[in-house]
Amino acid sequence: MVVTSATYMEEQPMLSVRNLNKRYGQGCKHCETPEMLPVNSNRCSHCGSVWACIDVGMDLYKGEIIGIVGESGSGKSSLVKSLYFDEEIASGTATISDYKGGEADIFSVSAQQKRYIRNYLMGMVYQNPWMGLKMSFSSGGNIAEKLIAAGTYHVGNIRDRASELLNHVEIPISRMDELPENFSGGMQQRVQISKALANNPPVLLLDEVTTGLDLSVQARVLDLIRKIQREFGVGMIVVSHDLGVIRMLADRTMVMRYGRVVEQGLTDQILEDPGHAYTQQLVHSLL
Amino acid sequence: MSIQLEREYNYAFLDEGSKKEIRRSTLKAVAIPGYQVPFASREMPIGRGWGTGGLQLTLSLIGDEDSLKVIDQGHDDSVNAVSIKRLVESCSNVTTTDDSEHATVIQTRHRVPEIPLRDDQILVLQVPLPEPLRRTEAKEKVTKRLHAEMDYSSIWLRLYEDIVKWKKITIGADYPSMVHHRYIINPSPIPRYDVPKLHQAEGLYLFGAGREKKIYAIPPYTDVEPLEFLDYSFEVENFEHFTCHLCGCTDSFLDEIYDAKTGEKIYQCSDTGYCNTRQREREAL
Repeated sequence: MVVTSATYMEEQPMLSVRNLNKRYGQGCKHCETPEMLPVNSNRCSHCGSVWACIDVGMDLYKGEIIGIVGESGSGKSSLVKSLYFDEEIASGTATISDYKGGEADIFSVSAQQKRYIRNYLMGMVYQNPWMGLKMSFSSGGNIAEKLIAAGTYHVGNIRDRASELLNHVEIPISRMDELPENFSGGMQQRVQISKALANNPPVLLLDEVTTGLDLSVQARVLDLIRKIQREFGVGMIVVSHDLGVIRMLADRTMVMRYGRVVEQGLTDQILEDPGHAYTQQLVHSLL
Repeated sequence: MSIQLEREYNYAFLDEGSKKEIRRSTLKAVAIPGYQVPFASREMPIGRGWGTGGLQLTLSLIGDEDSLKVIDQGHDDSVNAVSIKRLVESCSNVTTTDDSEHATVIQTRHRVPEIPLRDDQILVLQVPLPEPLRRTEAKEKVTKRLHAEMDYSSIWLRLYEDIVKWKKITIGADYPSMVHHRYIINPSPIPRYDVPKLHQAEGLYLFGAGREKKIYAIPPYTDVEPLEFLDYSFEVENFEHFTCHLCGCTDSFLDEIYDAKTGEKIYQCSDTGYCNTRQREREAL
């Protein structure tokens, strides 16, 4: 039983990831399975293939925020991108409990069902807004894309919903028909968040959303994420290399290194009393 | 010229192997309405983009008993239409005609004839850009996946952006349409006026893109629905208050032209074959 500080925790996790493995490269006889690699590396010295995620497991409960921290190349982004089908996994399961009245392993469903999961059950906010937004379409249009994909073919309804979402992320409605490339970095991230929330998904994946933003904008985006979590009860996986962000947002934290989860637990516990040597190093390396 | 070609080239220009391959692709296209079937587009004696896809379809379909009509933007006598007709005449025994009623195969660019197709007629359309997703997605691999997953939200988004900007859908030609509730196609750059003619039509519509190496089809009696939002419906061009100055027609697609002498704006039927027939009928009366 995983302990969580989320007050509205339910017993059944919304998303349960087990033994997730992700490899970049063809692999060779020396790295057929990640167990064949040394503990202090995730790169095969023979063929250069990289196991970005090795045997990763976690449970996400309703309304909970899980933070994933680690250095660059530790597999944080690969994990969330795999969960959003941007990357193909080598093996593993991720069971979502809110799937058409039952539960399903998201990696074993058909391509069309994966599309359903992407549109209805998950939202993704990328580090780089260019990955999450279509810059040649208006910000309202970007939200419309998600709504249309979910079957809304009424322009009036689409615009009402887009206005509501943009209002929520504090973007003036008057700028709804402007291209996101005219927006600042913080505003682009907020448009991305509103796009990700368009169909009220129960799970939101955030990949380094505050990286590259100045401190005041960072604070606004973090406040917004907290507000969304409170109001919508969305379960979130937040990837960041910034322990400050994790401290502010996450109920539980997972520390990754060389594609492996080295430690996970309550955020306060991880940051105040780190057990693993790497976590201790990470916590003490704060400027 | 004709004798020389007869001696040096195969019947209908293409070799039998090529024709067989194109016919096989055509059959597949008919079997899966709206699906773009790749084919090995051949080098033709006209430039890419001048109707090589349509021409290859025509040449692989025609036989001695066929009668061919070629139109270019509604005109029977434009340079492109005349050149294609001459080429087909010179390498086959096919007769050509300007009358849609008498033609068994009609090759066209940018227009569908005014007279509805019969079930014994085939309309071959020349297509410059067969891929409706191309404006928003450059990679062929991705567009194939999007078609397979029926993920057409980016096409809808284009219509949405049009409505936001202009308060109406401004796509004048090549209007994206759903075929048989499955595939969205670019119906070649025909005007919106012609799109409803594709729906539940009696004849067979074939689309050939030589440069892009794709063939697709709308078999007879197939549903073809132009995309429309629930609150913004598809509309065709309206010529309600205009009349063809040659035949007096009020219910055909009209071209807007300026009289060279007077500078006056006048309208005339875009389909010249249809207009000529009407003029003859008027004179007979």
